[in-house]
Amino acid sequence: MLSGIPLFPEQASTLAPEVDALYFFVTAVTAFFALLVVMAVVIFAIKYRDRTGDRVGAPIIGSIGLELSWTIIPFFISMAIFGWSTVVFFHLVRAPDQTLEIYSTGKQWMWRFQHIDGQSEINELHVPLGRPVKVIFTSEDVLHSLYIPAFRVKADAIPGRYSSVWFTPTKVGEYHLFCAEYCGTKHSGMIGRVVVMEPNEHQAWLSGGGGLSMQARGEQLFQQLGCASCHLPDGSGRGPALPGRFGTQETLANGATVTVNDTYIRESILTPQMRLVAGYQPVMPTFQGQVNEEGLMSLIEYIKSLPTAGQPAAAPQAGGTAPAAAVQSGPR
Amino acid sequence: MSTTVLPRVNYLNVRTTVASWLLTKDHKRIGVLYMIVVALAFFLGSIFAAGVRIELTTPAGDFVSADTYNRLFTMHAVFMVFFVLIPVVPAILGNFAMPLMIGAKDVAFPTLNLMSWYIFVIGFLFTIAALVLGGVDTGWTFYTPYSSNVSASNVLLAGLGVFITGFSSILTGLNFMVTIHRMRAPGMTWFRLPLFVWALYATSLVMILGTPVVAITLFMVVLERAFGFGIFDPRLGGDPVLFQHLFWFYSHPAVYIMILPPMGVISEVVACFSRKNLFGYSFVAFSSLAIAVFGFLVWAHHLFVAGISPYSAMIFSFLSFAVAIPSAVKTFNWTATLYQGAIWWRAPLMWVFGFIGLFLVGGLTGLFLASLGLDVHLHDTYFVVAHFHYIMVGGAIMGFFAGLHYWWPKMTGRLYSNALATSAAVLVFVGFNLTFGPQFILGYLGMPRRYHAYPDEFQVLNVLSSAGASILAAGYTLIACYLLYSLWKGEEAGANPWLATGLEWKTESPPSPHNFEETPIVNEGAYEYSKREIKVA
Repeated sequence: MLSGIPLFPEQASTLAPEVDALYFFVTAVTAFFALLVVMAVVIFAIKYRDRTGDRVGAPIIGSIGLELSWTIIPFFISMAIFGWSTVVFFHLVRAPDQTLEIYSTGKQWMWRFQHIDGQSEINELHVPLGRPVKVIFTSEDVLHSLYIPAFRVKADAIPGRYSSVWFTPTKVGEYHLFCAEYCGTKHSGMIGRVVVMEPNEHQAWLSGGGGLSMQARGEQLFQQLGCASCHLPDGSGRGPALPGRFGTQETLANGATVTVNDTYIRESILTPQMRLVAGYQPVMPTFQGQVNEEGLMSLIEYIKSLPTAGQPAAAPQAGGTAPAAAVQSGPR
Repeated sequence: MSTTVLPRVNYLNVRTTVASWLLTKDHKRIGVLYMIVVALAFFLGSIFAAGVRIELTTPAGDFVSADTYNRLFTMHAVFMVFFVLIPVVPAILGNFAMPLMIGAKDVAFPTLNLMSWYIFVIGFLFTIAALVLGGVDTGWTFYTPYSSNVSASNVLLAGLGVFITGFSSILTGLNFMVTIHRMRAPGMTWFRLPLFVWALYATSLVMILGTPVVAITLFMVVLERAFGFGIFDPRLGGDPVLFQHLFWFYSHPAVYIMILPPMGVISEVVACFSRKNLFGYSFVAFSSLAIAVFGFLVWAHHLFVAGISPYSAMIFSFLSFAVAIPSAVKTFNWTATLYQGAIWWRAPLMWVFGFIGLFLVGGLTGLFLASLGLDVHLHDTYFVVAHFHYIMVGGAIMGFFAGLHYWWPKMTGRLYSNALATSAAVLVFVGFNLTFGPQFILGYLGMPRRYHAYPDEFQVLNVLSSAGASILAAGYTLIACYLLYSLWKGEEAGANPWLATGLEWKTESPPSPHNFEETPIVNEGAYEYSKREIKVA
């Protein structure tokens, strides 16, 4: 009867066999110790049983040697598990340099995925076989958690921050996509599927949707919101030049440093005064309420795509609409 | 009840009016008062658990609505965690037995002790009010910003209930600590203290240092929810992950409030029924303190996928492995105590065997979750649910029953049926494993927690789990039956039915209102069974 029940989820990413190997190792080690203790308890309980209740046991108080060995040996074994699991963890959280990036937003109770080429989908995620994929996501409301068991990846979606998971699918098929962090009424309905496709089919699927690419959409917003009027590409504007800025270290007005990443750009758009780059005046208005999560992601994608400083080719020129009206409405 | 059969004046029959109970300052009666409220909370929590298990027998969410289901698992946990697991051993067995065990007439502050009970009851009533008005749906963890700004349920009342109850815990910890420092009988040195007292001392430390943090945290949720203070909600400029740090700074050590006292019980019972000194007394004593101290340094292992930096995750993973060692040391010492013992198979020992089996599984599966590489996959799945039930129910509740069966004759002056009590231990052990064992597999397969409906392929394991829960329920019902029956028809226990060494067994059962006719004088260690004038096995 039990033969029909699988004990392990499908392995559909390069990371899954790594996680499973660690799982088998920890299972074997812990099962060994559990059996050791259980057998000792059972054997002692039977061998030294006294039915009368009025005898006494041997006058044994303890043994320093035993105490030390059952402190030190488990410590070293647990350190072996710690070491191995930490290596696997860094593989899980450190994405390779070249990944296919997909943006996502969780909200009560759905996942929306935005492909860079413009295609977007809800509760479904189409990815190509054999290529490292990085999903960058946030939440619009409460905490969620993006979980794909077949890939052994999970990360919480936190409002106000970006999280990411990465994986390289190794098997064509459909896999569960769950929300793992309790998020209210339809938490268990916030599920979907990941569809792993052959790369050429995936390419066909991507081009089937149309729509503006994220980069183009970001450029559009960059002009509409008036970002371009201060963030001049040659650095002569009131705000820092953005080309080539992504991934670099910046010194802040308070002397601290920050890496320019997705979260920092997002924060700079919504709460510009929080961590101001040194040498600039706190004149940027907040854009909270002016631009939604997808818009923010498109802006980030656009800023990432800007060429390195000194190559002003694709950089837009000044002249967007001034954000005067936008300044008035603060955060909710 | 017992007045007609046991004419001797004891703490139960000295006065029998309701007022004499509600205004009592006797630590033994206060222990009984706690037992009544905790039993009620356990009953309520079990009903909610039954609702959860019935819902999960089918993949579709068809027994109750999603909102009802979310309230069921939340109320189950709120009652079980704050009103059962935290007080069950310290407030019931600790209050009853600890002063007796150190040869004191009462705790250091008897009036404060009664006040702690009233605070506990007021917190309980707030939580009951939250329940009656429709319940709470945030999960017992009250994660923000859902709890502070989104949930439409009675978060304020339940949060206040837990907040208030916390003070009962703080005051009890304070009371125990002063009692253990100041009220020990002549000759009762620190290293002659029974290990249950050591465990309570370590627990008190956690109660005093940890509980204020959760109280403040829940109060901040109340402030944000009621007055819009921006603390945790990013839309108000707050940080939702800050809540998790603050919450787990208490709630992880709270696990040790739940498990340390039962560990103390296990030490008492193992020594008594093996008729031996507890193996490695000082290692077991200090491991309690080590757990209490290191327990404060592992909270962020609940946040491995919540966006903390990989390097801090590494540190917390390392510390989580380290905190497992003292628990392993205790388990090895209990096992070694059995070696060359004269093991008397009585019901309390059967519960201890159950404890060791389940606590082993609970503790060792904790290593899976402390492993960063595995926790990413296992976090927030049924693996976690299974793990903490093995610790909380398999450990804390089994340990409580070991202690209850051990001290029941002392509390009531009556013996229960050993055969029925042994059967109940077996029933609970089997039912428990059937309930929570399959959940480890469900978790590795990827079934997330707190799911009202789930994909079809998880059904068989869920049905097994629900079947196990019904066996578990039968086991608990059986305990209630034979214990209540023993109050009327149980054999008289006599002062020392287990031939145990502790001071609590040197006074009558039930003890007189002031515990001892003369203050006892202690001149040997806690478990000097082998020195007794009976033949060595």
